[in-house]
Amino acid sequence: MSIPQPEQLRVVELREVTKEYGAGVRALRGVDLLVERGELVAIAGPSGSGKSTLLHLIGTLDRPTTGTVRIAGHDVAGLSDRELSALRARHLGFVFQQFHLAPGVSALDNVADGLLYTGTPLRARRERAAAALERVGLGHRLGHRPNQLSGGEQQRVAVARAVAGDPPLLLADEPTGNLDSAAGAEVLGVLRDLHAAGTTIAVITHDPEIAEWCPRQVRVRDGRVVADAGAGAGRRPPGPNPKRTPEPAPDAETAGAAKGAPR
Amino acid sequence: MTRQRLTPARLGPSDVLRTGAAGLRTRPARVVLSALGIAIGIATMIAVLGISSSSREQLLRQLDRLGTNLLTVAPGQTVFGEEAKLPVEALGMVRRIGPVRTASATGTVDTTIRRTDRIPEAVTGGIAVQAATADLLTTLEGRVVKGAWLNAATETRPAVVLGAKAAERLGITRTGVQVWMGERWFTVVGVLGAMPLAPEIERSALVGFPAAEKYLGFDGHPTTVYERSAEESVEAVRAVLPRTVNPENPEEVTVSRPSDALAARAAAASAFTNLLLGLGAVALLVGGVGVANTMVISVLERRKEIGLRRSLGATRGQVRLQFLAESLLLSALGGIAGAALGGLATAGYALSRGWPPVVPPWAFAGAVGATLVIGTLAGLYPAMRAARLSPTVALATT
Repeated sequence: MSIPQPEQLRVVELREVTKEYGAGVRALRGVDLLVERGELVAIAGPSGSGKSTLLHLIGTLDRPTTGTVRIAGHDVAGLSDRELSALRARHLGFVFQQFHLAPGVSALDNVADGLLYTGTPLRARRERAAAALERVGLGHRLGHRPNQLSGGEQQRVAVARAVAGDPPLLLADEPTGNLDSAAGAEVLGVLRDLHAAGTTIAVITHDPEIAEWCPRQVRVRDGRVVADAGAGAGRRPPGPNPKRTPEPAPDAETAGAAKGAPR
Repeated sequence: MTRQRLTPARLGPSDVLRTGAAGLRTRPARVVLSALGIAIGIATMIAVLGISSSSREQLLRQLDRLGTNLLTVAPGQTVFGEEAKLPVEALGMVRRIGPVRTASATGTVDTTIRRTDRIPEAVTGGIAVQAATADLLTTLEGRVVKGAWLNAATETRPAVVLGAKAAERLGITRTGVQVWMGERWFTVVGVLGAMPLAPEIERSALVGFPAAEKYLGFDGHPTTVYERSAEESVEAVRAVLPRTVNPENPEEVTVSRPSDALAARAAAASAFTNLLLGLGAVALLVGGVGVANTMVISVLERRKEIGLRRSLGATRGQVRLQFLAESLLLSALGGIAGAALGGLATAGYALSRGWPPVVPPWAFAGAVGATLVIGTLAGLYPAMRAARLSPTVALATT
């Protein structure tokens, strides 16, 4: 890998970002955040802290009231709605708490539809969808419909949909929020593998255990970032799955390393 | 810092159709019900147009079969407003006109026909008694359904041939029956078939000229002369007929072309057809409102899907297009079903009446056009609403 320019390393760059809704509801009060390529970052905070607003701004689903948002080098302020759509299509992948899979449509086509707005022809979309499902360990479930899949499998399909186009940034909003711990562990395992393969991931969560699991935590409270290990910290591998999950053993050593790492 | 320009990818037509159809596939019952409204409207209009053009086609074919070269000559009125009479020699004069192929005459006889002498004279059943020349059947290209037409022997004898309606009214279904005409019995020797170009013959009892003069006091003046000429000289013959028939008073002669009445019937679009077409249009409109309603509900229900698609990179235009495509597909489904239904109804009705089933191609084209217009109109507002929805609001829907 050639040495990239620091600018090109920055996937997310927020400078003094504020967001107000209507009259006086200040969701964000001046946030600076830098996420570099290859990081796994938790954006953590209690409900009402502004983390969802942060997700919408990073995901270019909304624009800041003041401040600068740069995603993959594009200044969101200078882009039209059409250009933002194209940015999302090519540079961002979303995973939602509620999966948002189309009912009655096979896993393969649910994932393939994630590439619909990238201009990929149908045949290529299906091929890449199959590969993405293989990556999340669902290569044997291509023809299954959402109602034939478990919760964890459904969320893995959603993850496959988000990463089928190899976006530089994957945004996961409470990805385990609707899952029991075993299914949650499946999904975190998939995220860990994606991170190991080089995908930049931001996990938005209110769950401290999941936040702990990520190598870098950005803690948000009352519209401000109150703790952040700093850009680049998220490149380390994540910890073992949170202890409530039934999958502890194999990653014990990495877990120790992560625990010992400076905050 | 220069960056690649961000241009949204275009959706190909097949992808637009796929996204449009995706919303329909998961709600089949609703699709069927809302397409039904459109289908009923289209089916009504196609059936109305189809049935009226089948009936017109039937008339035109009948006209083709019967020919348009038959002219009838009848007495008009004198300048003083009295009933005129055709000269006794009228038929012979007409036969002498060059292009005339065949000419025959009937003359009204002032008497009645009854089943028996016990029936009062006033009860005529609307049946006229007419003297007929022996070649009348040839000129009219009519046919006998029972018995035989008058021949050289029977035209001098008390024998009568009944028109189809006359036989029906008298209740006579076989030959050999005696009927009471004037002051004596006549024998029914034949019954004629239908005569679309000469309905007056259907309602007549026909006897030979000699017999009419001998037994019924007929004065020998024909009241109608029928003639057929070559198709191309019909107008020329028509021009000379009055002067030929009655050289002294040509203005007392009326010439008419019976096929004109049939042609006029074929050309006329009845007010009833227009009324039914209007009804179909109303049904179509109601169907369109149904589709619009379905689409509005669909947009409300699928806010999350809209949010997801925006997050996947769909532009507002692409969301709008998706819902427009869905609305168009919905009404197109109704339109196709309606066109098929209307075609079947036309075929069924036409065949049951023995007509050739015909639906004008422009009716189908019109149905397609109406469907597209309705689908677009019905989908426009819901699609705009879907496109205007902000992605964060759409995703936040619970």
